[in-house]
Amino acid sequence: MSKSPSGSIPRPRRVALFVTCLVDLFRPSVGFAAVKLLEEAGCTVEVPPLQVCCGQPAYNSGDRATTRAIAAQVIEAFEGYEAVVAPSGSCGGMLSHHYPSLFDDDPAMKTRAENLAGRSYELMAFLVDVLGVKKVAARYDGTVTYHDSCSGLRELGVKAQPRRLLATVEGLSVSEMKTPEVCCGFGGTFCVKYPEISNAMVGEKSADISASGAGTLLAGDLGCLMNMAGKLQREGSAVRVRHVAEVLAGMGDLPPIGEPG
Amino acid sequence: MSEAPTTARAQILNGIRRSLRRGEISGEQRQAALARLARPPLGPTVARAQLAQPEKVALFCQWAETNNATVARVAAPDVAAEVVSFLARNNLPARAAMAPSPLLADYDWAAQKMLSLRRGRGEGGDQVSITGAFAGIAETGTLVMASGPDHPVTLNLLPDTHIVVIRESDIVGGYEDVWRRLRERYGKDHMPRTINTITGPSRTGEIEQAMELGAHGPRRMHIVVVRG
Amino acid sequence: MESTARDFNDNVDHALADPNLQDSLSKLKVGFSERRRQAAERLPEFEALRDRARDIKNHALANLDFYLEEFERKVLALGGHVHWAPTAADARRIIGELCQSAGARTVAKSKSMVAEEIALNEHLEALGIAPIETDLGEYIIQLRHEPPSHIIAPAVHLTKDQVADTFLEHHARLGFTRRLTERNDLVAEARQVLRQKFLDADVGLTGANFLVAETGSSMLVTNEGNADLSNTLPRMHIVLASIEKVIPTLEDAAVLLRVLARSATGQESSAYTTLNTGPKREGDLDGPEHYHVVILDNGRSAVLGTEMQEILRCIRCGACMNHCPVYGAIGGHAYGWVYPGPLGAVLTPQLIGVEEAGNLPNASTFCGRCESVCPVRIPLPKLMRHWREREFERHLTPTAVRQGLALWSFVARRPRLYRRLTSLANRVLALFGRAEGRYRALPLASGWTRFRDLPAPPAGGTFHTQWKKRRT
Repeated sequence: MSKSPSGSIPRPRRVALFVTCLVDLFRPSVGFAAVKLLEEAGCTVEVPPLQVCCGQPAYNSGDRATTRAIAAQVIEAFEGYEAVVAPSGSCGGMLSHHYPSLFDDDPAMKTRAENLAGRSYELMAFLVDVLGVKKVAARYDGTVTYHDSCSGLRELGVKAQPRRLLATVEGLSVSEMKTPEVCCGFGGTFCVKYPEISNAMVGEKSADISASGAGTLLAGDLGCLMNMAGKLQREGSAVRVRHVAEVLAGMGDLPPIGEPG
Repeated sequence: MSEAPTTARAQILNGIRRSLRRGEISGEQRQAALARLARPPLGPTVARAQLAQPEKVALFCQWAETNNATVARVAAPDVAAEVVSFLARNNLPARAAMAPSPLLADYDWAAQKMLSLRRGRGEGGDQVSITGAFAGIAETGTLVMASGPDHPVTLNLLPDTHIVVIRESDIVGGYEDVWRRLRERYGKDHMPRTINTITGPSRTGEIEQAMELGAHGPRRMHIVVVRG
Repeated sequence: MESTARDFNDNVDHALADPNLQDSLSKLKVGFSERRRQAAERLPEFEALRDRARDIKNHALANLDFYLEEFERKVLALGGHVHWAPTAADARRIIGELCQSAGARTVAKSKSMVAEEIALNEHLEALGIAPIETDLGEYIIQLRHEPPSHIIAPAVHLTKDQVADTFLEHHARLGFTRRLTERNDLVAEARQVLRQKFLDADVGLTGANFLVAETGSSMLVTNEGNADLSNTLPRMHIVLASIEKVIPTLEDAAVLLRVLARSATGQESSAYTTLNTGPKREGDLDGPEHYHVVILDNGRSAVLGTEMQEILRCIRCGACMNHCPVYGAIGGHAYGWVYPGPLGAVLTPQLIGVEEAGNLPNASTFCGRCESVCPVRIPLPKLMRHWREREFERHLTPTAVRQGLALWSFVARRPRLYRRLTSLANRVLALFGRAEGRYRALPLASGWTRFRDLPAPPAGGTFHTQWKKRRT
């Protein structure tokens, strides 16, 4: 699924971080973890200031006009960078898989959207498949279980990459869920439009997480993580929830998602 | 019958053409479609349908058994005895409805004095039927039954136990080989009225998704593969 | 069939509160997907076959009128009859008239979703003709007066105990007075009851998995053998099939068969695959004297050439619903009409109107699992999104959603304003959530906090605020 073969890079790359709106608002440490991992892999990281959201709330609600306006904004903001990296499969997938089709009737914009799509990546896939990162210098004591977020998994092929890096974290072992690939029920606006169905889905997910015996849940998308953390905490579970980038960047000592600092 | 069949027909066909933004297909498109019907292109090759004949036969038997049929491999002179022995092993009466089929004519049924045979179609109360198969498909352990005066469909369906005799040489790799044989036998574009392809006994997963054998068709299927 | 798709949210509440349904669904979620995975792994060519299956259906759709006419020509040449039904009402009328012409009192029916779509049973009953469902699942739900909840396993929502109660209630008067507890006994009892009905039926009605243009054959795939009895024993066989069922050749059928059973039940092959070509021939000892094919459009031709066309590739295997976490949570009845799951979320608005079924394409997380297992690679999430776009264009999206979206979009299109507002929200959420690290309830976020806590951001500002500080 990766866009270029793995291998070492000849020179530092100028990489733009697509922070994502949830990371910006709810969990800035994920963004800093991404920056650290990218810098350690030899990239220079910039954060274009005019970035907002990738537009999925509008896109998935059928509001194509707004989606296009926001996409145009994102395309503009990320012009000129070698690579655009998001610590999210969902937002990364939006840029790399959905933007071009928004501009079928506008060849000039379509070209620009395709150009952006061609250099947009999810963080784990970028580190492993493009930069050829094989290990990280981090320690995390405990057993973790990893949830495969849907867009990352099915649109971008993110499955082995985070696990490969987690295997190099000292003190960490992975205990898989029975169905790590089944949706957690977040689905963006879905979770508030159909809260009962979403609750049933995340309830099943939390049971699977608990059954894995792991003390920590990791994933690569903050939306899914907030959904699962919120459910686990409502159920009184002791499972701690973190973004995979935080653990890989050696930031596993931060308070977990939804825990006081 | 229907008030205006031609109108309904035209309505649907023209609706399709309108949606596809064209009239009746013509020119190259029509030639391509006609060519496809005349010389059907093959799909991707399935490796396990391409084995040498002995392996084909073995694969057929293996899949048939996986699909809950029982298989006996015997020489032609032993076919009738195998049938009688199967019935006895399973405490079934030595009585069967049999297809009046040339595929079954070569076996020495008369030698089996215990076996009472009725040649004809299947009836609701039949316990056992014996038929010959037009072909067997190695890929899935599937039997192919071609209907005709010598091969009533009801024999494949009504009895509790269905015994099928098939020659090794009639076992082919995949569906495509069956279609080829059908065209050779019946002519291109001409099919027997009914082709039943049957893979093991009748079954159902309707109750709690657990497969149970013997829903409406035979509960038990025994395949006698004739060597040579 | 009467739709309850409009009441989707009420249907969901009922489904989530039904312990029998939830019990059944927990089995379905594991069983079907695991068996499909194993079947796909056993066939190295499976992915190539999926590509080919997609291409075959695309080719058939692009030449649909041609192949339908070819099919018709072959059927007529063999002494069969073809009837064209633009609408559900047309199909009902045609079939009713055919049954009457055969003097039919009972019709043995093999599972047909198209028959459900046109509400055939109600029509036949009104004519004084008794339709008898012979697929075990359909038979069970017919006794219970329920609609199917799954396209290949109509009674998948029921437990064995529920089936046992239903049989006792309906079979007692036939002399079966013992309440059964084993699945195989239940199957055996249904076999006995239905066998006589097959023998007595005047007409057999089946659907078709495929219509083969090359030979004029209708192709049916079943496990039970009920379709075969339905099309062999009665004097008249009626095939009811929608227009998109036609495929060019037997070779094409071979490809589609290889992906169909594996995707549906994880079987290498279903027990019975039957090709019927015309009526009983000279000298035949059995088979129907009359053979009729009813070809139904019911809105499908209008889908061709639109962004929804790909849904017409569907071969009705049910894999999309077997793998759908939403279907797995709520079952099939909640979708309110014949076709549940991702297939229904796309097809139902097309067939009964998006005003009626607008919830269906919205009730998806777009997790993409349906598309990843579809044997003909239908991009189901994309098609659901198209429906959402149509709803938005036609102002069918709920007002609260529209207003929220308008507000959000106003802000999101102004990066500096957005930055100020998120910075404020971040500080407020961090401040009041400081003690617990999360919220158990929050105004305007009850959709979230009703069932889960909302994590609070840690103190220190948004990422952008902190980044700016770090760089200056």
